Amino acid sequence: MEVNDIMIENLAHLARLQFTDLGKNEFKTDLQRMITFVEQLKEVDTTNVKPLLHLSDTVNVLREDVLVESISQELALKNAPKKDNNFFLVPKVIKK
Amino acid sequence: MFSFTSIEIYQQFLLANQDGCKIAVNHYLSVIEANKQLNAFLEVYAQEALAQAADLDAKRAAGNRPLGKLHGVIVALKDVICYKDHKVSASSHILENYLSIYNATVVEKLLAEDAIIIGRNNCDEFAMGSSNENSAFGAVKNAFDETRVPGGSSGGSAVAVQAGMCMISLGSDTGGSVRQPADFCGIVGLKPTYGRISRYGLIAYASSFDQIGIFAANIDDAALALEIIAGNDAYDSTASQQIVPNYSTQLQSNKKYKIAYFTEALSNPALDKEIAASIRLFIEQLKADGHEVEPVTFELLNYIVPVYYVLTTAEASSNLSRFDGVKYGYRAPLTATDDLTEMYKKSRSQGFGKEVQRRIMLGTFVLSAGYYDAYFTKAQQVRRILSDTTTTIFKQFDAIIMPTVPTTAFKIGEKSTDPIEMFLADIYTVFANLVGIPAISVPLFKHSNGLPFGLQVLCSHFNELSLLSLSKRMLELKK
Repeated sequence: MEVNDIMIENLAHLARLQFTDLGKNEFKTDLQRMITFVEQLKEVDTTNVKPLLHLSDTVNVLREDVLVESISQELALKNAPKKDNNFFLVPKVIKK
Repeated sequence: MFSFTSIEIYQQFLLANQDGCKIAVNHYLSVIEANKQLNAFLEVYAQEALAQAADLDAKRAAGNRPLGKLHGVIVALKDVICYKDHKVSASSHILENYLSIYNATVVEKLLAEDAIIIGRNNCDEFAMGSSNENSAFGAVKNAFDETRVPGGSSGGSAVAVQAGMCMISLGSDTGGSVRQPADFCGIVGLKPTYGRISRYGLIAYASSFDQIGIFAANIDDAALALEIIAGNDAYDSTASQQIVPNYSTQLQSNKKYKIAYFTEALSNPALDKEIAASIRLFIEQLKADGHEVEPVTFELLNYIVPVYYVLTTAEASSNLSRFDGVKYGYRAPLTATDDLTEMYKKSRSQGFGKEVQRRIMLGTFVLSAGYYDAYFTKAQQVRRILSDTTTTIFKQFDAIIMPTVPTTAFKIGEKSTDPIEMFLADIYTVFANLVGIPAISVPLFKHSNGLPFGLQVLCSHFNELSLLSLSKRMLELKK
């Protein structure tokens, strides 16, 4: 698997990250090495093996549906970098 | 002069000393101050700890009973565990000024049993690392030799116990982050079964691997801490419903065990020769003590680190998507034309450190369209094989032993440029997280280079009682 610039740019966009040109080259080298490293897994025969998705064999853990207070709006907004009274503030999303 | 050997002895001291908690807190505050250069603490709650101590001393004096099981016990928390109204930053700039708005379940349980929380420990950023060099707030140093790493990612929590800056500490273990630093620091490091302890209030790295773990000076203290923080939790549906035994009163030291070791683990060329020889010698000692110890072949050893990195980076890329500069954490300065996507990208790129970004990128890759089956599903399949193999082994054996780490503590800066070399330091520890079993690093050995190292013991799911009992017996054998 060869890692190229387009792939790095695409992955960075998916991960909502951005790199300088210098950083991009470094990530390209690192990612190439990491991918080559994990490709060893191809040597393991996994024919007819079901992927393991959950570690616990517990199925449903049920409880009564009781209304309890959780986090208040004030607390939920406490750490927001930008907010007004009731909302998180972000750059304008809806374009004219 | 105050000195600490075990919680039990400390609590006898408290019954005989009216201001015992205050004496203890003052002692630990001065040790923390004297060891500042180790960089193990990001924050010390001096005034609060003294106030808690005064309350507890008053409670004893007033004859209020029963006393909490951790009455006056001085605890430090890895900087990934939420303590209400205190900062928790995952040692990352992206969360630098975040204030917890609730207590982690483990913190609730510690406080309910009268523990005193003395501070928050430095760690690798988002618990990603094996050397504690990845913290946004500087590396932590090993108290045995300050040119060496303490291990990671819970390095600060390990050093806090190692250097006597608290009695016990809590870390988190996703691939060895409690056991590996415990090995490097010469203390006990316990990772319980996946689901034994609630993860509510633990900042997530890889949710199907993460487990809160305990650093302690001895097995009894670890057992006591475990029985208090373990158990089900309405806030974490992956926390097990299984009854929590009273580990601290049920440890059995005379039982004979059937123990397996992996041939490939001891013959691994990367394993330090002296560590291998010490373990082989100890196997003979275990046999002489009446245990059966047998070799088992484990051909998948070289694949466990690749499986671990595919799955944990995938889970991390998903978990860390919540750090978007909107709800909490760092938001980058923006220009007038920057849109929402630009805000995410700038905030995340400036807020996360390099190792975290590397892992998010690998995780994004293995989950991306076209590669998902070849990498992610493949790793989940190998995880199934590992899990089945483990079940088979535990049908015949009570425990597995192996090294905790292939070498003793390495030098600061020695491995920080090579991500793969750093990954391989985890070869013996990631196994327990992949299959969800409990494991512990027991401080049994000293290398001719002067550094300590441990033996790792692993038992079947929810069999912490055997794990702790056997570990205790091993320490007795080494006396």
